[in-house]
Amino acid sequence: MKTRLKQGQKVQGAEIICECLLRAGVTVIFGYPGGANIPIYDALYKYPELRHILVRHEQGAAHAAEGYAWATGRPGVCFATSGPGATNLITGLADAMLDSIPMVCITGQVPSPLLGSDAFQEADILGMTLPVTKHNYLVTRADDIADVFAEAFYLAVAGRPGPVLIDITKDAQVDYAEFRYKENRDRLKKRLKLEATEEEIGQISSLLNEALRPLIVAGHGILLSGDGKTLLSVAEKQDIPVTLTQLGLSAIPHDHRLFMGMPGMHGNVAANRAPLETDVLLAVGMRFHDRVTSKVSAYAPQAKIIHIDIDPSEIGKNVMPHLGVVGDAKAVLGQLLPKLKSRKNPGWLKKFEAWKSEEQKKVFTRELLSPKLKSAQVIDEIARQTGFQATIVADVGQNQMYAARYYQYRKYNTHFTSGGLGTMGFALPAGMGAKLGDPGREVWIVIGDGGIQMTLQELATIVQEKTEVKIALLNNNYLGMVRQWQELFYKGNYSEVKLKNPNFQKLCEGFGISSLKAENLKETKEAINIARKSQGPFLIEFTVEAEENVFPMIPAGAGIGEMVVSLEELSKK
Amino acid sequence: MTRQLSNIIIWAENKTGVFFRILWLFRRKQFNIESATVGHSETPGITRFTITVAGNENQIANMVKQITKLVNVIKAETVATDMLVYRELALMKVAVKNSREKGDILRVIEHFRGRAINMAKNTVTIEVTGDENKIDAFYENMKDFAVLEFVRTGRTALFK
Ligand SMILES: Cc1ncc(C[n+]2csc(CCOP(=O)(O)OP(=O)(O)O)c2C)c(N)n1
Ligand SMILES: [Mg+2]
Repeated sequence: MKTRLKQGQKVQGAEIICECLLRAGVTVIFGYPGGANIPIYDALYKYPELRHILVRHEQGAAHAAEGYAWATGRPGVCFATSGPGATNLITGLADAMLDSIPMVCITGQVPSPLLGSDAFQEADILGMTLPVTKHNYLVTRADDIADVFAEAFYLAVAGRPGPVLIDITKDAQVDYAEFRYKENRDRLKKRLKLEATEEEIGQISSLLNEALRPLIVAGHGILLSGDGKTLLSVAEKQDIPVTLTQLGLSAIPHDHRLFMGMPGMHGNVAANRAPLETDVLLAVGMRFHDRVTSKVSAYAPQAKIIHIDIDPSEIGKNVMPHLGVVGDAKAVLGQLLPKLKSRKNPGWLKKFEAWKSEEQKKVFTRELLSPKLKSAQVIDEIARQTGFQATIVADVGQNQMYAARYYQYRKYNTHFTSGGLGTMGFALPAGMGAKLGDPGREVWIVIGDGGIQMTLQELATIVQEKTEVKIALLNNNYLGMVRQWQELFYKGNYSEVKLKNPNFQKLCEGFGISSLKAENLKETKEAINIARKSQGPFLIEFTVEAEENVFPMIPAGAGIGEMVVSLEELSKK
Repeated sequence: MTRQLSNIIIWAENKTGVFFRILWLFRRKQFNIESATVGHSETPGITRFTITVAGNENQIANMVKQITKLVNVIKAETVATDMLVYRELALMKVAVKNSREKGDILRVIEHFRGRAINMAKNTVTIEVTGDENKIDAFYENMKDFAVLEFVRTGRTALFK
């Protein structure tokens, strides 16, 4: 790595900041300048290795950094000025916090003598971001910068990843200090438990070796531990069906015979039925989120639950496991593998085939063969044309559920979305960040007409940076997911969900993005083909059926046993 | 006051904002803090917190795990009350009308092994230490007099 400063060299704080970023392996920064961070931008001028992406809104920077982190496994980095610049980051921080995404945000702050004086553009960003960061720092002395940066970059990825914020007063950016950098973070490292004890492995293996109807529910932790193969080996050794939570999607190839879909509110039939029958449930790198379990008292009633997670506070938080093991998903599964007997389980697997074909009949076939254009068809067509290898960055709402359900992910770590916070507008900047972080990926952003208008301004960034993302805008002219709830649970009273949208084609023209509109399956196929062939960013607006509904679904407050697979089933209730 | 209280003992770096981070976490997880005492520990730079809260065993165990995740926290544990020696300090100022009343007050103080730490013309300031029940009882006994001010520290504890 090229470095610019020597140990002990006396420079301004702002230069130390840039040097620390360089040494942390940062290549891309998403940011926005202002009065309180202008010295950092001045120093940045000397660091062409640090590519800065000038977003159009700091929220865009935060989500872009998240996308970057998903795609690269390294912390995404943001710059923002004090006050409004910093507060604009908060939604992105909260998003990264809930989805365990490593991020380091650097905000400018008013000069330290003015702290607490309600100075121009002063906001108590430390106080405001405390609930939405893994940790945050206020730096008031140039001398402290190097240590804080080294620790922050370590913390962002250590154990369960998350966002870290460093608030730096303007005087600390301007003052001179000797550059002293050390990466060693022993103090914090000692706290992590990454492996299971021998005793724990013994307990897990004896539970699994004797299980009659074992089931794996794996989550984001698999992707964060950097390997889905070990999980697959464990599953294959004992013929254990695998379900992946929304944030765990693409951890194993979805065309694998043991992949049984996604559990949850709009999950797959098999993945929601199996927990009712399983006797040993192996939960890895997931947190029994309420969207996964539905009514928790009705979840996996017969199962002995084994819960493996790197975060000790997740064990017993939502579900009390029979056996809780703190450790890294890949490490613990790797320890477990040799202790497992090889087993076959045709009887249990047969049940899944029945559940799968039920969903095939009641849902998939209908959606995919619909004469009117359905979102499912759009996603399915993107999947086919991209050979199931593209990276899908999904927004929030019905479009997100279609992206999760109808793209058969076959490549590891290729599905990104805002799961925990459900932030509309996430996908556009996040997709941009993913592409900028890992340009080798074919990135498709899947987003609704509501969501795209939340961070629309980033189209300008995409154009300025010539970021080659393809945008699939699923336009139903509704806040579709809310409309679906109103249709099904609020007597069809459509309250404030109808959107009179702008002319998206003209909008694209204004931004300078090539675009097409597709209104039926034939046009869909052609448009996707054209978008893939054309260089640069491309947006396709798909006019999908306005009042389509995502099924199956588990009504709010119900147990997984109350899943309704189709509209007819719901109206019978 | 007689509810079952749990003790959470926390060792943390003595840095700006650490107490806030801890308190915020209690609020976030919907705990009401019954008492909290904070002070230097035997190790320089390390602050020791004794926090008492009501909650079931599971909730408390979870809370301790959450606290342990705070970067500035070195260690946190929940300790059964019978594993601890603990005390509260209470200070009270009472108005005194006449010497007969003064005598009555001094008798109560003596009974609770307290001390009169200040005697002004018309007031007495008293110091009492003990567990919560003793302080409660002391307060009950003093209610007959004109209590002007009363403050108690909450539980602070050491391992037996
Ligand atoms: C920032 C934000 N505001 C509100 C919501 C609540 N919400 C969830 S889905 C949804 C509708 C999304 O509409 P659209 O983007 O058009 O997607 P569709 O469901 O139609 O595919 C809304 C309003 C949210 N998730 N995020
Ligand atoms: Mg919509």
